[in-house]
Amino acid sequence: MNDRFAIGGKLSKPREHAQLLVVGAGAAGVAAAIEGAQAGLSVVLVDENPVSAGLMGLDVPLFYGQRMTAAVQEEGRMVERIVASSPALEAAYDAGVDVRLGVTVWGAFVNGPAVRALPGRVAGLADADTSWLCGFDALILATGARDLVLGFAGVDTPGVMGVRALDALLSRYDAFSGRRIVFLGSGNLAAAAALRAIGRGIEVAALVEVLPEPQAAPALIDALAAHGVRVLTSHVILRAEAAGGDVAAAIVAPIQDTGAAERLACDTICLAIGVSPAIELADVAGCKLVARGAEGGAVARAVGVAGTSIPGVFMAGDCAGVIDPAADISVAEASGRGAARAAIAWLAGESLDETPAAAGAAAGDAYVYRMAWMRALVESGGMSAPVCLCEEVSRADLLGVQPPRYLGCDSRQMAARSAETLLQDGPLNPDQIKRLTRAGMGPCQGRRCRDQVALLLAMASNGSPQDVPLASHRAPVRPLPLRVLAADDESVEMRDLWDVWFGIPTQWIPYDDIGTEREAEILSAHGGGNMHL
Amino acid sequence: MSARGSSVVVVGGGVTGLSSAWWLARAGHDVTVIDKFVVGWEASGRNGGGATHYQSPLFHEEQRLWPMMDELLGYPTEYRRERIIINLTEEQQARYRRMAAVTRAQGYQSSELGAKELRELVPIASEQAIGAQYFHFGGHANPQRTVQAYAWAVQDLGGRIVQHAPVTGFATQGGAVREVHTARGSFGCDAVVIAAGPQTGALVAQLGVDLPLAPARAEMIVTEPVPLMKIGGVDGNGLYGRQTLRGNLAYGGGPHEWLDESGTAQMARPATPLLRNLAARLAEMFPKAAQARVIRSWAGIVENTPDGRPVIDRLSDPGNVVVATMSGVGFGLSPASGHAISDLVIDGRCSFTDISKLGLARFAGLPRDWRAGCGWVAMAEAA
Repeated sequence: MNDRFAIGGKLSKPREHAQLLVVGAGAAGVAAAIEGAQAGLSVVLVDENPVSAGLMGLDVPLFYGQRMTAAVQEEGRMVERIVASSPALEAAYDAGVDVRLGVTVWGAFVNGPAVRALPGRVAGLADADTSWLCGFDALILATGARDLVLGFAGVDTPGVMGVRALDALLSRYDAFSGRRIVFLGSGNLAAAAALRAIGRGIEVAALVEVLPEPQAAPALIDALAAHGVRVLTSHVILRAEAAGGDVAAAIVAPIQDTGAAERLACDTICLAIGVSPAIELADVAGCKLVARGAEGGAVARAVGVAGTSIPGVFMAGDCAGVIDPAADISVAEASGRGAARAAIAWLAGESLDETPAAAGAAAGDAYVYRMAWMRALVESGGMSAPVCLCEEVSRADLLGVQPPRYLGCDSRQMAARSAETLLQDGPLNPDQIKRLTRAGMGPCQGRRCRDQVALLLAMASNGSPQDVPLASHRAPVRPLPLRVLAADDESVEMRDLWDVWFGIPTQWIPYDDIGTEREAEILSAHGGGNMHL
Repeated sequence: MSARGSSVVVVGGGVTGLSSAWWLARAGHDVTVIDKFVVGWEASGRNGGGATHYQSPLFHEEQRLWPMMDELLGYPTEYRRERIIINLTEEQQARYRRMAAVTRAQGYQSSELGAKELRELVPIASEQAIGAQYFHFGGHANPQRTVQAYAWAVQDLGGRIVQHAPVTGFATQGGAVREVHTARGSFGCDAVVIAAGPQTGALVAQLGVDLPLAPARAEMIVTEPVPLMKIGGVDGNGLYGRQTLRGNLAYGGGPHEWLDESGTAQMARPATPLLRNLAARLAEMFPKAAQARVIRSWAGIVENTPDGRPVIDRLSDPGNVVVATMSGVGFGLSPASGHAISDLVIDGRCSFTDISKLGLARFAGLPRDWRAGCGWVAMAEAA
């Protein structure tokens, strides 16, 4: 007998198929796609950029901080800018790669122990109007890195933004509305971005560093000094000063003497303390993730290889482990080509899995550096600073594991609970804290707070952020309207054999009728399905 | 014999086990809840939050208790009374009229809304809707908050919550379980409750008891917040779910996938592109919210008995064990199921209603391959 209401055979079939699907058309992704196409594979290369102005406003996928000009609303111009700023894309077109810009990959799905119903290996794709599935044999994720956001008073003021968002607006789209920037952080990430900004005629007010020494390579620090840019070491930001709803200054102070604050006039405060590998799709697909401080956070591959725990799924570029931001673009390209070669070999049934990993990896342990920042921000800024911007959760709310204010909870027992009491039951888990406080539950999908939540939980449990369980990523990994996600290719079986719950006829028989004639009557008359919970 | 122990050990920190522990603790018993990971991590914290189970013998107790739960537990559950089920078709209307009739016969009031009245209460409802059933009872709560509320309330009454401690076995002596062995050591006990969701079958099998259960995966989606409606418990069109008090639309429904042991053993709970089909039905029911962005989907694993009804029973041998599975419909009923289970532990019988038809004996003589018989088997390993 068959269960008519089970999922087998019902999911929509893929609308298209690629032997090699590459997600992300940065340097690594484009190089991977070209390598694949040159080996004779059918390659689809997908990139979500240009994302809509609306998503940018939600800080998806980067922390744009409302610093985009009106130019981001002209979609045609944005596409032109992407093509113009990435010369390799033309080579990809020439190599026969099927390039899709403005297409989001919102999920990657592979059959495994807990799912066998998929119509093969599929990725969920969407443009502005509709969604569909793309089958693939091999998948290379080259989704880059996302901005690390750490909170301070006024972090939610327009003008506070992330370094990758700054790069995108400045270099790719030529749509950055700021004129004078204060950078938080002094590593290669911050220094290289500051130099790029200066190169485009933007003023850099200063770099702020909590550690006693500038962190970037001496050559970069010297170059900044040559432009008269100071690195304020052993300093921390106290708050973003706002005027007219926008950033007007960064108020910074020596860590040892926060009373001696200094006002740095600026219209933009750029968080350049770190970036994290964008591993959302790898997590959704079920790849095993490992926290590695030397590679900028959790990554989905083993050391020295492009492959993941899922055969045929590979990682390239920053999402495989953040590459030194000061490194030449050739490092990312080599990572992409390495992943492609591994994919090509895997498709041919051979095992080749090596990639010039870590060649340009950022020096040092990202977690140690981030913890130093987090501690300084907490010590100087206290517990009222925001953590989750979508759901307005402060550090105090988070570590107090308190429910959102709109619940109006006045329970004495609730007030007595905290991360400290929760810790007595076992290690703190960000997903559990999310459920209680709503931190990470908003439309930005935790992009702006998940790193900070992990740091705060590590502090609260006297541990390392590396040991804090990774908060989960769920499909769709980008917020997509119901109307766009809605399946317009539903199978007849899905439509006709859809039940609210399991469609078990006996489940909804009223208790008193069980075992009576009435039960048999109900079963024969109505079949029992499609009732409610 | 372990130095640690309590009068009752509850195996399984889902809503059913936690509620049982809470009732036992309220009755003055020393109780320890043991969970393989974190409380409420599985289906108990991943469901639609509905609390309108007219088919259950625990229905009256469910309805009586929910309005008091915040106060009784001391923590917020986000419970809100009332429920609207939208009818887009005459077929749906006929089904939910029957539900109204069944509940009316049990003394619960409902009314039928016309298309216009429906849109006054539910402004985002489809123009195509022909009406709705408006139940002046039932309701919904926040599963994640509720699960933690039970756990904390147990602790406040002196009970213990032991997490990250998968149960590995039992020590029995003289027809009773004396110790529960876990990855974090053994716990002595006078009585045991086993309410471990999909794991319940394998656990009671260690006591020589057959409990037929089939695990399956079910999926839900959630949108960003939309303006709050007067009644959050609105669903229909093949979906169950609610608008959260924050405004998110959280809905599930549709086909499930039967799993075998390898599918339930791992911690990952993958969702599938079914979220597109859920999105389509939600946009169809609420066209004025079709621009709302979906921000998450998730899956939970629930277990079903062959007739889809709960098992709440005290075993005869070992005689100090109460076994409970709610067959996939456990969250809303949890205030009442815990009461019933605690009664079985203390007195051997449920004090407030007859639950004799939920006994294990009804499955005696079930063929070993019953899952194949009803087609509730895991799909073949895909290539």
